[in-house]
Amino acid sequence: MNGRSIVALRQVTKTYHMGESELHALRDIDLEINEGEYVAIMGPSGCGKSTLLNVLGCLDRPTRGAYLLGGRDVSTLSDDDLSDIRGSQLGFIFQSYNLIQQLNVLENIQVPLYYQGRGTAESRSVAHALAERVGLGQRIHHKPMELSGGQQQRVGIARALVNDPLLLLADEPTGNLDSASGVEILGLFDELRANGKTIIMVTHDPDIGHRADRIVRLRDGHIEEDVRNGRA
Amino acid sequence: MAGPRLQKLKSLFTLGKTRRAVALGFKTLWLHRMRSFLTMLGIVFGVCSVVAMLAVGEGAGFEAQEQIRRLGSQNIILRSIKPTDTERISTEQSRISEYGLRYDDVKRIQDTIPSVKVLAPGRIIRNHVWNATRRVDAEIIGVVPWYPEVRKLRVTEGRFFTPVEYEGYVNLCVIGMTVADHLFPFSSPLGRNVRIGTDYYKVVGVVEPEASSGGTNGSSGEGQAAGNSMANDYAPRVYIPLTAARNRFGETLIRQRQGSFEAERVELHEAIVQVDRLEDVEETALVIDSILSSQRRSKDYEMVVPLELLRQAERTKQIFNTVLGAIAAISLLVGGIGIMNIMLASVTERTREIGIRRALGAKKRDIIVQFLIETVILSGTGGLIGVIIGVVIPIAISHFAEMKTIVTPWAPMLAFSISGFVGIVFGIYPALRAANMDPVEALRHE
Ligand SMILES: Nc1ncnc2c1ncn2[C@@H]1O[C@H](COP(=O)(O)OP(=O)(O)O)[C@@H](O)[C@H]1O
Ligand SMILES: [Mg+2]
Repeated sequence: MNGRSIVALRQVTKTYHMGESELHALRDIDLEINEGEYVAIMGPSGCGKSTLLNVLGCLDRPTRGAYLLGGRDVSTLSDDDLSDIRGSQLGFIFQSYNLIQQLNVLENIQVPLYYQGRGTAESRSVAHALAERVGLGQRIHHKPMELSGGQQQRVGIARALVNDPLLLLADEPTGNLDSASGVEILGLFDELRANGKTIIMVTHDPDIGHRADRIVRLRDGHIEEDVRNGRA
Repeated sequence: MAGPRLQKLKSLFTLGKTRRAVALGFKTLWLHRMRSFLTMLGIVFGVCSVVAMLAVGEGAGFEAQEQIRRLGSQNIILRSIKPTDTERISTEQSRISEYGLRYDDVKRIQDTIPSVKVLAPGRIIRNHVWNATRRVDAEIIGVVPWYPEVRKLRVTEGRFFTPVEYEGYVNLCVIGMTVADHLFPFSSPLGRNVRIGTDYYKVVGVVEPEASSGGTNGSSGEGQAAGNSMANDYAPRVYIPLTAARNRFGETLIRQRQGSFEAERVELHEAIVQVDRLEDVEETALVIDSILSSQRRSKDYEMVVPLELLRQAERTKQIFNTVLGAIAAISLLVGGIGIMNIMLASVTERTREIGIRRALGAKKRDIIVQFLIETVILSGTGGLIGVIIGVVIPIAISHFAEMKTIVTPWAPMLAFSISGFVGIVFGIYPALRAANMDPVEALRHE
């Protein structure tokens, strides 16, 4: 499992200024993630998991340090360029699904392609295939409100895959789900991993963590532990 | 170098993307249709009041100007009025009041002012006009043969009387359309006789109704100088040669009024002076006024200068348009503020959505475009509805209130483009606010 480097963080620091005091959400993080890896980021609340994920997701820029995504330094890119990278190379899966309420399933899945300026016909067929793949082929015209939590998260996963991203980023994707739906969603992640997708998932559930290839444990903004699971 | 730039521009403005953005705008607004509709109302009322009021104003202005123009912009109209000081002594049981324009005055004006081209003196007697048992209360006007030319009267049937007939005191008459309709509803009046008092007059022509010269006057002894209001009723009119009028009716008119007899001696009730050139009209009017007033102790005439009225009407219309413009600007401003208010609320409400879109690859300008499209849809649809209502209202007014309205094509176009402009101006700020949100903060928003 030694593919090419997808993520390389070098001495990444993120500092928030709260009036007089400074808060170091991330301190000198060095992290290397290769193609096809399934990484779980764990740690207590407030340790910097979401901050790290936001930096990895190009939603936020590190205060210091370099971030190479797929070999390209993205820590100094402009806002527009970061938007392009998010739209073309990253897939986000959120805890609260974050679907757009006024759009139906098919349209929600297409949103990233829309901002890439991809044609309607092409993006429709891609989105349709993905809806089938996550088991929602019969629900493509439903609005998010008409779906269960598990179904909404499937739409979220389909949407994250629609641009065939370099990296999938998930922040507690099962946090809002009952255990049965959670297991189904985790099953989907296993499938994606088996297909060679690179996945980074924030979770604080140890059971979920053990499904991943590797667990990165954070504490107070630095990496406390980085272990590989011996998978059965 | 320019390659990728151009590509970016293209991707921003590609037809498909814009069309989908517009569709999304409609979809989002439809989701909150009640709110969208109420927001739109501000623009609807603003635009529709602009269009409708402009149409009414334009129509009223046109009608006033048309009436004044029919009086003849090169004309100066003189009319006899009963001086107010004679009225004060009218407690006597009977008396004769003598006032008004005289043949001397007309001759003096003709002789002393070179710029005067034509003078058309006239007498007006109020009387019944009969055809057998049919009767019309009309103004009998003694005029000169060139009267129609001066007053721009159009002879629609038959002819006006000739100078020869005029000199011969012949009992001929030309009747107005109203009189013709009343007295001869089923046949042509030409060649027939009408009776006025004890005399019969042969009808030789019919003329189109003319603009009332304003204010009933002289002969009625009432409501003199009732003002220059142009919208007066068209009294039915019968034109006879001035010579005949002088002969048959004399110069003294007696009428009974509230138990007392009142007699008036008026030589001429009106005289129309046509000035050679338009530029000389106002100066000539001043000269005439000084000539006339030097000849009399009390002012027993009034002067109407249609050109002045026309200028005044134009000024009035200008003021009206300015006021209207201000009202329009204010109402559209209010509508625009309403839209901005709602859009700001909408931006706050949809903070999460903005965060999601940014995470999924939307650039700042994509967010700006999305919100701008929504405001432009709101104001544009409001403007469109406003234009439609604003065009229908004047048509309805014309139809039901019989008031002339004119919808000039530029009024709806102007109102519509202003509403679009308002949408963009008042949409920019909320859109910028949406675009400048930090994606991470926006995603955290509940
Ligand atoms: N925008 C911000 N401003 C100030 N402090 C922040 C901000 N975002 C996060 N933090 C702080 O950074 C630390 C890490 O936060 P976060 O990454 O959300 O933790 P986790 O997701 O692991 O619970 C916390 O102490 C949090 O209070
Ligand atoms: Mg968190």
